[in-house]
Amino acid sequence: MQVYHFTEQPYFPAWNNHQGSLRVNLPNSVMDPKTAGDLFHRYYDEWKLADELGFNIMVNEHHQTATCMSSTVIVGLSVLARETKNARLLVLGYPIGHRPDPLRCAEELATIDVVSRGRLDMGFIKGVPYEFPASNQNPVGVMDRFWESHDFILKAMTHQGEPFNWEGEHFHYRQVNIWPRPVQAPHPPVWTTTGSTTQAKLLGGKGYVMATLGSGYATRPLQDAYRAGYEAKWKRPAPPDRFAYLGLVATAATETEARRRGELVAGYLRSSSIVHVPFRNPPGFLSVDDNARMLRGMTPPRSYTKDGRVISMHSGSVQDLIDAGILFCGTPDQVYQQIVDFTEYCGGLGNLLMMGHAGFLSHEDTVSNLTIFAKEVMPRLKAYKQPEPQSVAA
Amino acid sequence: MDREEKHNKIERKGGCMSVGAGAMTSIAVNGTTIELTDRGHGRPILFLHPGIGIDPEAPVLKALERGGRVIAPSHPGFGTSQLPKGMSSVDDVSYFYLDLLDQLDLDDVLVIGAGLGGWIAAEIAVKDASRFSALVMANAIGVKIGDRETRDIVDIWSLMPDEFNKLAYHDPKNGERDYKTLPEAESLAAARNREAYARLAWSPYMHNPKLKNRLHRVGVPTLFLWGTADRILSETYGRGYCALIPDARFETIERAGHFPHIEQPDEFASRALGFADAQRQAAPRSRRA
Repeated sequence: MQVYHFTEQPYFPAWNNHQGSLRVNLPNSVMDPKTAGDLFHRYYDEWKLADELGFNIMVNEHHQTATCMSSTVIVGLSVLARETKNARLLVLGYPIGHRPDPLRCAEELATIDVVSRGRLDMGFIKGVPYEFPASNQNPVGVMDRFWESHDFILKAMTHQGEPFNWEGEHFHYRQVNIWPRPVQAPHPPVWTTTGSTTQAKLLGGKGYVMATLGSGYATRPLQDAYRAGYEAKWKRPAPPDRFAYLGLVATAATETEARRRGELVAGYLRSSSIVHVPFRNPPGFLSVDDNARMLRGMTPPRSYTKDGRVISMHSGSVQDLIDAGILFCGTPDQVYQQIVDFTEYCGGLGNLLMMGHAGFLSHEDTVSNLTIFAKEVMPRLKAYKQPEPQSVAA
Repeated sequence: MDREEKHNKIERKGGCMSVGAGAMTSIAVNGTTIELTDRGHGRPILFLHPGIGIDPEAPVLKALERGGRVIAPSHPGFGTSQLPKGMSSVDDVSYFYLDLLDQLDLDDVLVIGAGLGGWIAAEIAVKDASRFSALVMANAIGVKIGDRETRDIVDIWSLMPDEFNKLAYHDPKNGERDYKTLPEAESLAAARNREAYARLAWSPYMHNPKLKNRLHRVGVPTLFLWGTADRILSETYGRGYCALIPDARFETIERAGHFPHIEQPDEFASRALGFADAQRQAAPRSRRA
C-alpha cells in the first residue's frame, strides 16, 4: 500500500470568525497575509518531513476559502518538485473543467513532471460545487468541458512531431507543441475522483486510479462499478493499485492522546460544510433527478458505519467517524487494524490518501502524527498482502 | 387569403402538433419536440416564459385568450421540452423560435416575453421581426446597462428560495411552492427549469454583450411592461433597456414584481392586448400580410 500525506493548507485562524460561510464570500480582510505565509511555510515543512519519512505527497486547491489556502496546485507542486526527493507528487486535484486554458495546464504539469524527475500523479477533478462562483464556468455541462480538456491535455503531452490543431466544442488551438513534454511516458498517471457509479464504471474502462474521498463504508458500490468497467475493457480483475481512499488519520502512543488529535483533525469535516447554502448546489452540478428529489425533501444519507448505521460526516463524534471509516484513529496497532479492516471491506486498496494534518492540529502534533505513523504503521502496511483482485460478474 | 382561412391552414399544417391533456400539445421543430399550450382562436399571441418556466394553467394565459390564440411553449430544455444537442445560448433559442414561427406560418404575432422570455424575444426581433405585429417586454433581462462593476441583475443563484421570493415578488407568498405536496412532475420540471436557465444565462450573466448594439434593428412597436416591485432588476435597468429600442414605450404595473404576468395577470393581459390593438388600428404592419 502506498501512503500519501495530505493537508488542505487551511487558514484555520479564521474558522471562528465567519458569518455562516467559510467559502466563496468570507471577506479576505479576516486573513492576515503574514500569518498565511507562516502557515504555508509550516505546511511545506511538514510535506518535506513526510518525504523524508517515506510518505508520498498529495496537494489540492480550492478557491476563495479559509478551509484551503492553496488556490493553485501548481504553486505547491513547484515548491515540492525541488524541496522533496522521493515522494510521488499527487495533485488531487486539478479542476480542469474550470480552467480556461488546457494548453497552459499541459505545459505546467509537464514541467512539474520534468523538474520532479517523473514523480507527478495527475488527478483531474470536476471540483466541488463552491468553485463555480469563483471560476464563473457554467456548472451546466461542466463534465463535457472536463472531458474535452482531459482529451486535449493527454494529446498535448503525448504528441510529438509537427504541431497539431484542435478545434473542439470548448477549446481552440492552432499550433500545439508543448515544451517540455513530460518525462513519464506516455504521460504521468491519471487519477480522478467520483461519487457516481456511472462515472466509476467509465473510469474503470479507462483504467485510471479512482479515488473516493471520505466515502467510508459507502465506498464499495463505487469500487465494484469501477471493477465492472475495468474488467469489461481489460479482461482481468482491477488490481488494488487502481483504488485510492482519502481518510483522516490521528495516531499517538496512547489511545487518549490519539482521540484528542482525532477531535482536532475532525475540525476539517466540521468546517468544510460551513458554506452559504446556495453555493452548495449550483444549477446543473447535480442531475435533474437528484435536484427534483431534493425539492421533494429527500436527501440520501452518504455516511454509514460498517454495520449500516447512518452518521453525519460533519457533526459525528470521533467514534462515529471511526466506525464509518472516515477517520482512522488510535494507537498504531488500532490504526493499522482499522485500515486493514477497511481495505478488506474494499476488496483491496492500493493507495491510502491520509490527511495527516487537518483542522486545528498543531505543527508539533502533526510532526508526531506523521512520525509515529511512518515508523509504526507504514512498514506494516507496506508488508501487508492485499486481498486477491476480485472478479465481478458483469 | 383571409385571416380565418389562414388559421385553418395553420391547424392543418399543425398535423405535427399532437393534442395532449387540455390545451397542452407538443410540436416537433427540426427534430426537437417541445411542449406548448395552445388555446383560443384568432390573432396569434406567442408567450415566451421567464427562467422559472410556465404553468399551462397560469391565469395570464386565460386572460390573454380574450385577445386571440395563445401559444405558450416551454423553451427547449425547460419543462418537458427536449434539448437539442449544442443548444446552449439564447441566440440558439432565438433561431429555434424563428423556425417555429416559420413552421406554423404565423403572421401578425403579438410576442410577449417575460424575464428570460423577453431576452429571447429581443434576440428574435433583431434577426427577423417580420412575423411580429407588436412586442411586449415584461421585466426583461438580456442587456448590460450599468458599468462593469455594477451588478445590474441580482445573482439569483446565490440566493435561498425565500430570499429570491422576497426580491422577485410584490408578495413573496406568490412565489412559494411546496414540492413535497405537488406531483413529482412539478419538481422534475422545476429542477429542469433551473438547470436550463443557468445553461443559457450563467455567463455572461443574464445578458448578451452583443445585443445592446443590435437592438436598433427592432422595427416593431414595442412596449416595456415593468412590475415596480421587482428587486431582481431595477426600473432604471428597464428604462435603459427600453431606450435602446426605437420608439419603445415604457409602462409600469403596480403591486407586481419581477413576474407581473403572475402577480397581476388580468392587468398584464389587458395592457399587452390594448397596446397590440392600438398598433393594429394605427397601421396593419405585417410585411407578410
